[in-house]
Amino acid sequence: MLQRIRNAPTRYGLVVVVIILLLGLPTVISSFQAGEWAQALILAIAIMGLNILVGYSGQLSLGHGAFMALGAYTSAILAHRYKVDYLLTIPIAGLLTGIAGFLFGVPALRLSALYLALATFALAVVTPSLIKRPVGLTNGVQGIILLPPDPPQLAKDAFTIVTGRAMTSDQWTYYVTLAFAFVLFWLAWNLVRHRAGRAMRAIRDGEVAAAASGVNIAGYKTLAFGISALYAGIAGSLYGMSTGFVNPDTFPFSLSIQLLVGAVIGGLASIPGPLIGGIFAYFLPIYSNQWVPTQTWIPSQIASAVEKAGPAVTYGALLIVIMIFAPNGIVGLITGSYARLRRRLRGAVDRESGQAPPESQTA
Amino acid sequence: MQEFMQQVVSGIAIGGIFASLALALVLIYNAMGLVNFAQGEMAMMATFIAFTLIDRGVSYWIAFPATLLIAFAGGVAIQRVVIRPVERAPVLTLVIVTLGLAALVNGMAGFIYGYLPRAFPSPFPVVTVNVLGVFVSYRDLGVIAVSGVVLLAIYLLLQRTTIGLTMRAAAHHPEASRLLGVNVSWMLALGWGLASAVGAVSGIMAAPILFLEPNMMQTVIIYAFAAAVLGGVDSPLGAVIGGLIVGVTVNLAGAYIPFVGGDLQLAVALAIIITVLVLKPNGLFGRPSVRRV
Repeated sequence: MLQRIRNAPTRYGLVVVVIILLLGLPTVISSFQAGEWAQALILAIAIMGLNILVGYSGQLSLGHGAFMALGAYTSAILAHRYKVDYLLTIPIAGLLTGIAGFLFGVPALRLSALYLALATFALAVVTPSLIKRPVGLTNGVQGIILLPPDPPQLAKDAFTIVTGRAMTSDQWTYYVTLAFAFVLFWLAWNLVRHRAGRAMRAIRDGEVAAAASGVNIAGYKTLAFGISALYAGIAGSLYGMSTGFVNPDTFPFSLSIQLLVGAVIGGLASIPGPLIGGIFAYFLPIYSNQWVPTQTWIPSQIASAVEKAGPAVTYGALLIVIMIFAPNGIVGLITGSYARLRRRLRGAVDRESGQAPPESQTA
Repeated sequence: MQEFMQQVVSGIAIGGIFASLALALVLIYNAMGLVNFAQGEMAMMATFIAFTLIDRGVSYWIAFPATLLIAFAGGVAIQRVVIRPVERAPVLTLVIVTLGLAALVNGMAGFIYGYLPRAFPSPFPVVTVNVLGVFVSYRDLGVIAVSGVVLLAIYLLLQRTTIGLTMRAAAHHPEASRLLGVNVSWMLALGWGLASAVGAVSGIMAAPILFLEPNMMQTVIIYAFAAAVLGGVDSPLGAVIGGLIVGVTVNLAGAYIPFVGGDLQLAVALAIIITVLVLKPNGLFGRPSVRRV
């Protein structure tokens, strides 16, 4: 056992450190900040779903905001109207959204990546007005207000023992989100390393070659769409839990852009990427909005415009700059420079011992 | 019947707006096999430039062509600065870049001009005139006329001039064109400039109806997508006819199908997009795409 731990790759250790940090985070930050981090993790879950679709199977969806909306409304309606326990509604919302995504994936099969982007773009823009229509079910423009979740006694006690403070609903939401994020990231990691993941990547890198090798193209493409939507649905459901209400404007088109930004910043086709991307995509506009008013050299009229337009400008500029200069995102930058560093170190050793350096690997 | 005809005519007018933007999409698609998600936002920005010019006292009929020139230059500049570095990248990358561009331009417009909707002047009065028993507003007639002129001009440019021929050659056979001495990369930039100018026409025509604000084109671009997909995304003629069909359909659906009403018209466009893509992915006039192994 000890031997196995000692021989484990460094990244396993890194995972453990990250989990411990995320577990301990609410004990050192305020309840409000825990709520913010919960939302960042929710974004990370949705981005993981998008990453499975875009990064691993090579299909582009701009409509994941719509799937989040479906998940959130499923939970909200179940919890509000039928008094189902909210925690119980989260997997239901995920499954329902997954099925919806699977069904959407069937016509999507016939579309090239470009047309799929187009159709899902339209879906994302239309979603708010589609939600408003069935007023009896969705409560129209008003939306649905949800009760703040009440932490169970066991969690309350444990939290009080550790921190000496009472657990708030925001902190409870954070831990629920973290649990879901952990399970979903673990599932994604397993998915991409095994048969289905290999098949998806084969399709992404060359559909014809994949088909010739016996990969069921239609099956895996719709599967990717369904799984991806399932992630978005669970994220949407958690989003409703953390904000305490859902209304049509909770899921504007810009949400889908935010998800895409997160996926691209973190790094497509990587497992830690969505976590980094979610944190960035969530905190970037918040911190830039907090930072701008503190800068006295910026006139106040401009500062208010920056607050409204700032996220769009930074998101847009980031998308362009990253796609041009670092298409593999932050994770790509880190692993790339790590590999370069190691090659250089090894090269230095080889020079001393008089050996030719090994063939440089292409990424 | 008369009311029906009036709905059809105003549908043709907004269809002209969709057709211009759809044509802009087709121009770029033909040049590099890419749907430009920033086309609507670029048109919106151009409309703001026209607004600024008119606001400074420039006459409408001078501001209009001046804006088209600025939009053309802007389109060329965008292609040179933003698109060229990723020209050879996969479509996925290009789409993400144009989406980034859309967000960037949208935010910049909000940053410079704010989010308050502004009334945009129209040279055509909203007075109605009786044409063969149908009451049509001068504004609708003006939109139809201007769109018609622009579409005709683009057609003549592409089909009847050397530069049009060169552009088409560069788009269809980049390698062969390069061997024949065509500067393919600059032809792409030219295509972007042209598309940007055509899109600007649609923005300027749409602004008096929709009120000018940074998100003005967000719905128009969906209709333009529907128009381009319906007509076949590589066919300029298809974009025009698709635009007119979408305009009329959406208008009639809004007026006569109670369930659709005013706020689900956009869903009609989504339905058109999905139906066409599933049943006839090449649209009405598109060339069938052949995948070679």
